[in-house]
Amino acid sequence: MSEALLELLPSVLLEGLLLGCVYAMIALGYTMVYGVLGLINFAHSEVFMVGAVAGVEVYRYLGPHVDNPYLLALAALVVAAFISGGLAMAMERLAYRPLRKRGSTNRLVPLITAIGVSFFLQDFVRLIEGLWHGEFYMNYPADAHLEAMHDLPLGMSIQNKSIFVIAVTVAMMFALDHLVRRTRLGKAIRAVAQDLPTASLMGIDPDKIIARTFLIGGALGGIAGVMFGLLYSQINPFVGFVPGIKAFTAAVLGGIGNIYGAMLGGLVLGTIETLGGTYLFFLTDGALGNEYKDILAFIILVLLLLFRPQGLLGKTQGEKV
Amino acid sequence: MGALLLGAMCVRGEVIKVASGSMLSGPQSSLGEMIKLGAQIAIEDAAPEFDALGFDLQFLPQDDQAQPDVGVAVAKRLVNDPDVLAIVGHFNSGVTIPTSEVYKEVNLAMISPGSTNPRVTERGLNNVNRVCGRDDVQGPVGAEFAVNDLKAKKIMVVHDKTAYGQGIALAFRDKAEELGAKVVAVLGTEEKTNFQSLILQMRALKPDLVYFGGIYDQAGVLVKQMRERGIKAAFLGPDGFESSAFVEIAQNAAAGTYYTTVAGPAEKYPAAANFVKKFNERFGRSPEAYSLYSYDAAQVALAALKLAIAENGGTKPSRSQVTEAVRKVKVDGITGPISFNQNGDRAQADYWIIHFTEAKYPGTPVKSVNAAPPVK
Amino acid sequence: MTSRRPIVLLGIAAVAASAALLAWPRATWALIAVLGVLFGCLSVRDYKPARFVIALALLLVVIPTAGTHNTFLFELVTTMGIFAAMSLGLNIVVGMAGLLDLGYAAFFAIGAYTWAIFGSGQASEFMSGSFPLPGWPYFYIFSALAVITGALTGTLIGLPALRLRGDYLAVVTLGLGEVVRVTANNLDHPINITNGPQGITPIQRPPVGWLLKPLEWLGLDSSPALAYSIFFYVLVLAVIGVVVLVNVRLDRSRFGRAWVAIREDEIAARAMGISLTHTKLQAFATGAAFSGVMGAIFAAKQLFVSPETFTLLQSITILAMVILGGMGSIRGALVGAMAVALLNLEVLKSFSDFLVHLRQTGFVLNLGIVSYNFANLSDQIEPAKYERMIFGLILVLMMIFRPSGLIPESRHRLELGERKKARDAAKGGSHGAA
Repeated sequence: MSEALLELLPSVLLEGLLLGCVYAMIALGYTMVYGVLGLINFAHSEVFMVGAVAGVEVYRYLGPHVDNPYLLALAALVVAAFISGGLAMAMERLAYRPLRKRGSTNRLVPLITAIGVSFFLQDFVRLIEGLWHGEFYMNYPADAHLEAMHDLPLGMSIQNKSIFVIAVTVAMMFALDHLVRRTRLGKAIRAVAQDLPTASLMGIDPDKIIARTFLIGGALGGIAGVMFGLLYSQINPFVGFVPGIKAFTAAVLGGIGNIYGAMLGGLVLGTIETLGGTYLFFLTDGALGNEYKDILAFIILVLLLLFRPQGLLGKTQGEKV
Repeated sequence: MGALLLGAMCVRGEVIKVASGSMLSGPQSSLGEMIKLGAQIAIEDAAPEFDALGFDLQFLPQDDQAQPDVGVAVAKRLVNDPDVLAIVGHFNSGVTIPTSEVYKEVNLAMISPGSTNPRVTERGLNNVNRVCGRDDVQGPVGAEFAVNDLKAKKIMVVHDKTAYGQGIALAFRDKAEELGAKVVAVLGTEEKTNFQSLILQMRALKPDLVYFGGIYDQAGVLVKQMRERGIKAAFLGPDGFESSAFVEIAQNAAAGTYYTTVAGPAEKYPAAANFVKKFNERFGRSPEAYSLYSYDAAQVALAALKLAIAENGGTKPSRSQVTEAVRKVKVDGITGPISFNQNGDRAQADYWIIHFTEAKYPGTPVKSVNAAPPVK
Repeated sequence: MTSRRPIVLLGIAAVAASAALLAWPRATWALIAVLGVLFGCLSVRDYKPARFVIALALLLVVIPTAGTHNTFLFELVTTMGIFAAMSLGLNIVVGMAGLLDLGYAAFFAIGAYTWAIFGSGQASEFMSGSFPLPGWPYFYIFSALAVITGALTGTLIGLPALRLRGDYLAVVTLGLGEVVRVTANNLDHPINITNGPQGITPIQRPPVGWLLKPLEWLGLDSSPALAYSIFFYVLVLAVIGVVVLVNVRLDRSRFGRAWVAIREDEIAARAMGISLTHTKLQAFATGAAFSGVMGAIFAAKQLFVSPETFTLLQSITILAMVILGGMGSIRGALVGAMAVALLNLEVLKSFSDFLVHLRQTGFVLNLGIVSYNFANLSDQIEPAKYERMIFGLILVLMMIFRPSGLIPESRHRLELGERKKARDAAKGGSHGAA
């Protein structure tokens, strides 16, 4: 038995990597918003969900007219990125900015607002989908080419759509790295993240930069939604919560506010979860099953916050008075 | 709004309500809707007859979301409405068991169209009945088919951790082991989307048959992901797969899968033809197997109501009178003759094995077994 | 004369609403009217004895009398009471101490399972002894135990969580709340402690034989079902009474002031010699204890517990009650619980039933210019199923437009009053200068 388990290890790691790609892309949204505003945007999980739903709609309406599966998947990604990005920006404009302008000192206020937005969006999407199609459980359609398998060494095998997901993730990460480090917008985002009042004295319009941060984070979340749908096919308006909370864990794991940390944290968490989900059953001889994989992330989160709250790549920071 | 509600519901006097309990929202709603519609036809058709007796017969469809706690909340609302005299439902055994304890308090009769867990009736509550079969027959029927017909030797058993799924999966395992097959693992999962850990475990355990005790919303996704990742093991399940939505979710992967069911296909019951026609005319779609069963459950409820009214001298009967009448009536249902034993199990029930030869609902019946429930 | 008007109006309203509810015990609007008067009793200032008498008369005479004609009233008001006690508990944590706890339903679960496991055959799965334990006296013993298990779990969860800053605390409590739920869901193997997702049923209740006689004497239906309805109604009212009393005492005690101090400014509070972890833990454990005892009562009332009752949505529902009523305000917590529970349990469901009825009968709304046939109404439009949307909206709108809630905390009110006075004075001053 143990030999078979060892043989399985490369495949488990590969599966974990795929899941990790999704987590990493969501985690970026959490970390960027936290970076500029110091706010945990609970509603980001719903931005991810809206992306996944937008992707299904693209498949529903463009699917019959477009033959090339990659073109179709790209169209879904682009549409989802725009819709999710727009949603994140609208959320900032309508819910968070009024609070910021009021200058309330109560830290709970924006947090509770974010939770409210998150719950509101779940049912709102459910209502829209229900009225539109009479059904709010949705499936990404199967495609023979995207699902075609290739054998890899070490007993691994990979599907075309998995390669596609990895490629998109890598591309987006390079693009984001370029944006943050080499463009004026990136510089402005870093400035606002470091010190908002000073940045605004230097001629940066913080509202504009914050809105764009939401836009970028939201777009990445939307792309993650489509990737999730492509990989696991069934989605619904409540699908965002669990990946959302795991991605947040990933962001903390990497060091919240740090985009490279979010990428690393996502990959690590995806791997740990898949490893745990697969091997816990064998290691405990059936006593603990796959069910515990979902609380693994929470336990990691608690331990991490207790012993290394700055995360893997973060720096310790004293509390500002 | 309250006044309107009051006006609409309370003026006409002698109202009798029959409620249905099934999941009308959530991932299993497509099956729950079929159950509601089956009962609705029976009750709407009987309304003129009750009108002649001086009663306003109303149908009260309720949504239990396939969740025990929602079901209990629904039941608490229903027992406090004195006009509700019978329940057609619930569907999931995990919901039926706790709700029956609530109905029991006021001795309100329930007739389930699809709760197959043995514990539903084995608790000996006199208000609980079902027109379907039992897991401790259905599971073994599946095991015999898996071992004898499909020649499965290494079996992996997965279940959805509900009273229904877990119960039937364990009944399946016991019989399969007894028949000499090796059950390599029994695993519960509540996962709805990402089954990769399970699939990786399948790759390590290499079963030649996977049995999934659960409902189509998970089964469809699981089998789709299994086939995508190249797991070729045969796929067998219980009557929770009994829905066109199984094929919609699993898409091509549905082809080649099997399930056992207590609800046979409509074309196998001659008396059902008329019902199928009516259903198509009224709702513009075809009924599914459980519509037939909920239609029959409603027929039993209506027959019991009529009996209780007659016994009560033509006036509105009490809940206890209806509950007693349910055990007395014999109904010629569209799924065969129906009467109940002392536990509320149907005296005889058919068990079918259905094969999806292609990814299209309904599948093809392979085999049928007629069995009486075990009595403890 | 004018200053006495509110209480006179309240009295008239109380009489009218009571008459309506007694005449139409099944009418939702009559119940809303009665609850509205209760709401009024909580929000009007001054005239303490009169308000108190009106509220007591409604709770102890009018509602029970109407309830004997419609037992659903008991069910409804009892459930509202359970939520009210929990919202008072969460109010201590979120409102007074300013700690955002998103896993509050976990303590409710702990309390519910404390009695459910031993008050049913479940305990015999993992230990020897004769189970279920009889309702008398064990239900009362275990309800008291649930206070302790609730507080203990609160301390256990609080110990790691409370070392964290505010926003991390929210995520960690959310996570730990889920851990409790998932664990309850999976503790059916290797040892079957909670019976997993199938839940535990039936659960023993304390005997109410002693209630049957008086019921008969009053000429009422002396069935155990009605007796239990009345029993749980009175029990919950009594517990709420105790909880409110404890709350009021705490609010004015050293603890209450320490909680408010850390809410307003942790660093300043520490500088004043308040031990942060200690104070936070006290708030956490107190809140959890209230939730625990209500869990045990809930289990007995419901006859059934399963992990699905204790989801994040449940925690958010209770949070919405606290936010709507006003963070830190005891009366606010009661009002918020009443409003949200009524909305969730009755108003939305009646409205849904009403729409279903219109759809089934093909009702045509004719307004002259526009007419609408309800048979065409999509079956997706069922207000009862959109509770998340409604709670979400409550949270967002309250935060944006009225963050201090319907009935702001009295401390806050004083502060606002002072600020207003100061502003008026400043205005007056500038006016004078001009």
